[in-house]
Amino acid sequence: MEDGPHLASAVRADAPPAILLDKVNKWYGALHVLRDINLNVATGERVVVCGPSGSGKSTMIRCINRLEQHQEGRIVVDGMELTDDTRSLDAIRREVGMVFQSFNLFPHLTILENCTLAPIWVRRMPKKEAEALAMDYLSRVKIPEQAKKYPGQLSGGQQQRVAIARALCMKPKIMLFDEPTSALDPEMIKEVLDTMVMLADTGMTMICVTHEMGFARQVADRVVFMDRGEVVESGIPDQIFNDPKTDRLKGFLSQILRGH
Amino acid sequence: MADIAAEASAPRPVADAALAPRRPPLLQVGPLAWARANLFSSWISTAVTLALSYLLIRWTVGFIDWAFVKAIWSVPVTPQGAQTQACRALAGSGACWAVVTEKHRFILFGTYPYEQHWRPALVCLLFVGLYIVSAMRRFWRPALALVWLATLTVIGILMWGGVLGMPYVPQERWGGLVITLILSTFGIAFAFPLSILVALGRRSKMPAIKMLCVVYVELIRGVPLISLLFMASVMFPLFLPEGINIDKLLRAQIAIILFAAAYLAEVVRAGLQALPRGQYEAADALGLSYWQKTGFIIMPQALRLVIPPLVNTFIGFFKDTSLVLIIGIFDLLTAGKTAIVEPAWQGFGIEIYVTVGAIYFVFCFAMSRYSQNLEAELNRHRVR
Repeated sequence: MEDGPHLASAVRADAPPAILLDKVNKWYGALHVLRDINLNVATGERVVVCGPSGSGKSTMIRCINRLEQHQEGRIVVDGMELTDDTRSLDAIRREVGMVFQSFNLFPHLTILENCTLAPIWVRRMPKKEAEALAMDYLSRVKIPEQAKKYPGQLSGGQQQRVAIARALCMKPKIMLFDEPTSALDPEMIKEVLDTMVMLADTGMTMICVTHEMGFARQVADRVVFMDRGEVVESGIPDQIFNDPKTDRLKGFLSQILRGH
Repeated sequence: MADIAAEASAPRPVADAALAPRRPPLLQVGPLAWARANLFSSWISTAVTLALSYLLIRWTVGFIDWAFVKAIWSVPVTPQGAQTQACRALAGSGACWAVVTEKHRFILFGTYPYEQHWRPALVCLLFVGLYIVSAMRRFWRPALALVWLATLTVIGILMWGGVLGMPYVPQERWGGLVITLILSTFGIAFAFPLSILVALGRRSKMPAIKMLCVVYVELIRGVPLISLLFMASVMFPLFLPEGINIDKLLRAQIAIILFAAAYLAEVVRAGLQALPRGQYEAADALGLSYWQKTGFIIMPQALRLVIPPLVNTFIGFFKDTSLVLIIGIFDLLTAGKTAIVEPAWQGFGIEIYVTVGAIYFVFCFAMSRYSQNLEAELNRHRVR
């Protein structure tokens, strides 16, 4: 665990980039939602993306596994460029796990089936092996006893931890979190954040859209501040939170801090 | 983190006795309370209850009197034909079930050769057996498709014959309940999978497929089933080359399948539409292929959502098969109508229609009840 919290330098400078966004642009009709986004995430790096709502942060990470399509620029994930070719898209989605704000568990399948479906059918893993793997991850997120239940029988925090385990069962190289705690009651936010801290400690490459500044300070190697479709500032957490350069970031931080 | 999990799983101790559940006041539960709340809550409600009970009792007594007490169950049959004078003497005050006794074989099997009736009878039993097996969830596995295929083959052999010492019976002589079961079972069995493909096609990103499916649904929905049946029976043979003749029943069957599939496709599409986008996105993000996503995530949920309208449509088509009478196919209803053409039995339509109606009702009600159970069972995961 040499790359623990606060050690941004632990990310090797010569590591190949896990994710590269190069002048990415996207429009919804005439609305310009992503403007010339450049972002380079190294393997093992933990990036927190923050910004006011409507700033394009969710759209950006959803472009990385092509839940949204960008219209200009280049996105390279794990050395593969995102194109219209479905084969490369499938390969990228296998390596990129995603956790959603609204969990999006499959309500008609049990927790265990939620976790084993993709490993069995996408990774072609034998059922027994997939189940053992799923139980392992469910234990790590501390809910192995819920394996036979359906998502509707779990609390929001438990569901989100299952969603994390489900993504991890695909053994992804990169994990994307799209506001994972925004739909949760306050008392459940901590259990999900704890799970994410634990995951960060394993050296997983993570991009996390969140408003949880405490989490950002604790685990982020870098914080990226977005506003109106642009990356306005980016830097280590100390610099972003204690020494904001732009008025937009200062305004955003004062709003966030007032809220706490 | 460990303490969070421990806290969550440990039961919370009850603080004091006040938190223990108490029973509701006695007068608010039980049949007496129910009757008071639902039947006699105000003077209007009491009056309506009394008036309806009076009508209900009077009608029930009248029906029992007509259908059982004064009814005639059989009449003597002489070489000159059935002697229905006793029935006519009742002048409608009692039911003449003799007509059903006399004509039940005709209603069930139409003009199928009399001494071969065991064949369509066996076919009816096979159909019912097939329904029962298919209804049990523990048999829901790929092998069930083979069971269907085998059963339908056996049914075809039994009906046509010409092998194993069974004389050949041309399709023109089939009739009655068997025809209704054949048309509706084959109709739904083929229309349902077709409708799923059409519903998916209508949401396809490929313009040609989407267009094709939209045109198909709109064209078929835009014309009445009767005109489709006419086209199948009268116009379609004109387009066929000389000497090739497709069985009339098969043509009607295809018309019914195409018609049912267009309607079912819209029902299935409603289910697809109702699923939250997050389900599609989660399946995509996990790297599932289009067919994996559709087969494991989307369809199972979409079809559960639309069980009530699906069964509604199934029941509708079961009864719509009676429209084949206009192209001269002898289904259950037509056989019933034909049974009372004979002069001796003219005027006993009520008894025949009550019987035919009862047969339709048994099948439709079974479908309806089964769908309610299935819905409850499949949606268990929604219950906390």
